[in-house]
Amino acid sequence: MSDRILEKVQILADAAKYDVSCSSSGSKRQNHNKGLGNASDGICHTYTEDGRCVSLLKILLTNFCIYDCAYCVTRKSNDIKRAAFTVQEVVDLTINFYRRNYIEGLFLSSGIFKNADYTMERLVSVAKKLRLEHKFNGYIHLKSIPGASDELMHEAGLYADRLSVNIEMPTEKGLKLLAPDKDRKDMIQPMNYLKEAIILHTDEKRLLKTSPIFAPAGQTTQMIIGATQETDKEIMYAADRFYKGFNLKRVYYSGYVPISNDKRLPGLDTGVPMVRENRLYQTDWLMRFYGFKVQEILNDFNPHLDLDIDPKLSWALRNLSLFPLDINKADLQLILRVPGIGVQSAQKIVAARKFHKLNWDHLTKIGIALNKAKYFIVCNSREIFQKDFSATKIKQFILSGSSSKYIKHNTEQLALF
Amino acid sequence: MITTIIYEGSWLSFLTVVFEIYERKLGAVNILKNNKAQINIFGVPLLIGADPPKAKRVIQGLKAKLTTEGLKNLFSCFLSEIEGIENDMLSFIRLVFENEKSVETAYGYPEVLRLSKIGRMVYREKHRMEAFVRFQLTQDDIYYSSIEPDFNVIPLITNHFKKRYADQKWIIYDLKREYGIYYDLVEVNEIYFDFKNDYQSVKDEKIFKDDEILYQVLWQDYFKHINIASRKNTKLHLKHVPKRYWKNLVEKF
Repeated sequence: MSDRILEKVQILADAAKYDVSCSSSGSKRQNHNKGLGNASDGICHTYTEDGRCVSLLKILLTNFCIYDCAYCVTRKSNDIKRAAFTVQEVVDLTINFYRRNYIEGLFLSSGIFKNADYTMERLVSVAKKLRLEHKFNGYIHLKSIPGASDELMHEAGLYADRLSVNIEMPTEKGLKLLAPDKDRKDMIQPMNYLKEAIILHTDEKRLLKTSPIFAPAGQTTQMIIGATQETDKEIMYAADRFYKGFNLKRVYYSGYVPISNDKRLPGLDTGVPMVRENRLYQTDWLMRFYGFKVQEILNDFNPHLDLDIDPKLSWALRNLSLFPLDINKADLQLILRVPGIGVQSAQKIVAARKFHKLNWDHLTKIGIALNKAKYFIVCNSREIFQKDFSATKIKQFILSGSSSKYIKHNTEQLALF
Repeated sequence: MITTIIYEGSWLSFLTVVFEIYERKLGAVNILKNNKAQINIFGVPLLIGADPPKAKRVIQGLKAKLTTEGLKNLFSCFLSEIEGIENDMLSFIRLVFENEKSVETAYGYPEVLRLSKIGRMVYREKHRMEAFVRFQLTQDDIYYSSIEPDFNVIPLITNHFKKRYADQKWIIYDLKREYGIYYDLVEVNEIYFDFKNDYQSVKDEKIFKDDEILYQVLWQDYFKHINIASRKNTKLHLKHVPKRYWKNLVEKF
């Protein structure tokens, strides 16, 4: 028995690893019944050798699949080992991993066997068993299977903390090219149902404290980056639409890992677009935490993000007329827009300046990245770095003084100026 | 003239020290833990033990001036056990009492910034331990874990584990500081091993349940297979899981 279960874990973890989300935050599920666990912390219990957080047991129920999506390892036509867990096996693994403090909970996805509802029903029954039979209060993230019925999505919402549908490709055109059997409408439908249901339950909860919680950590989605020709603008505008239209908690961007010789896709010898992925996440953060509109960062004049500098810096270089900011006077919203100053540092600056006027020394100690910020701010000091340099000049200064792993190839060129 | 104060090392006794410093109007002081004190100090050191009513008055004074977060942060700094932290904490406390306004976020003062940074370091270690505890199930149905944290974070993680693992017995043992906590399904108590004997038996595989090893192997396999080899990033991996923690992490055995 143990050899078989080992093999299943290997196959079905392997197949699940391309789903990037491993977040276990955003829920407030308490251990109210002296049962097992709670889901209120969002802890990364370990990190894989590729540096990704391991918070959940992220696994497929099965990698048998009726679809043949070109970008997916478990596509029907791919010649790989197949396996399937029973509902009880997934339950046992989750409980035993959880009790040993390996994980925060379960992230269960699946290949599609038979049809959408049949698959969704299995996923829901794992969650139901964990909650009702094992008094499990840990985190559960279920994949919504495109095309699953509203009834099943409702039941899923009762037991899961978070649900997600992968929209796979940023645009419909990309999806048609690589997954001709899939229909974008089937992906949108459960997302829409959940959005409405979550709003409804939140209202109900406000009136009646005892009403059950429903998908308290909301829903998310993921798209694959670099498998098709979309621009960064198309990708981030799509993300923006999902954030606004479906109240999504997160959009994940997954750099395409070459897994196939299919001519429609980048070849096996191409690298994973990790820098690009990083820049997309930075943009996502600027939209969600720094008060940027997506149109400020990406538009028809700038359809792609710079790879060698971060999106906030490139925005600032395009808008030099707004700088320098006086760090001792400017609003928090404006300080957040200074390259090299993060959310925490910005808040610290605003708190600290009530007591003293801040100088360069204070700013260094607070922890801001002065190598970038100094060209955009003035403070309580006679030394001024902002001297009406051109954008190119500033970029050159910053890159030459930086040890960023992204610019190794550029350093020699820069030295020529 | 610097007065040397030697205290017994507990939080309450540190607060008593603060009380005495104000009571006796002492100027420059150097506060040392009794096990760290050097023999060849000049002058006669002042020895101070815990006096709960005095400690309570200091706490009340601090509560009136600091937010809950601020007080928690001060306690975290104490748990850092960094050499000389008592003196830094004292200068912070003096600053707090000297000022009308709250100085908690006045990061322009070096002592405020320093304590905020140390507090964050301790908080990070607390968070790490909540992540890195790895329980192993013993024959007598107790989930056991050894830890060796950089700072004394057990007081900060007790509640987390008590809430989370309410329906199983567990022990978390700090090998460095030679004490641990034991939850018996009702409450959490401090425990001390007779180190040589008890700890040797913890290392003996026979004390664990039969399927304990199976779950460890499953976890190790899971850890291996969830990794994407073409995205290998050792620097990032080591940043998040520094090597000094590996010996207590099942996936890194």
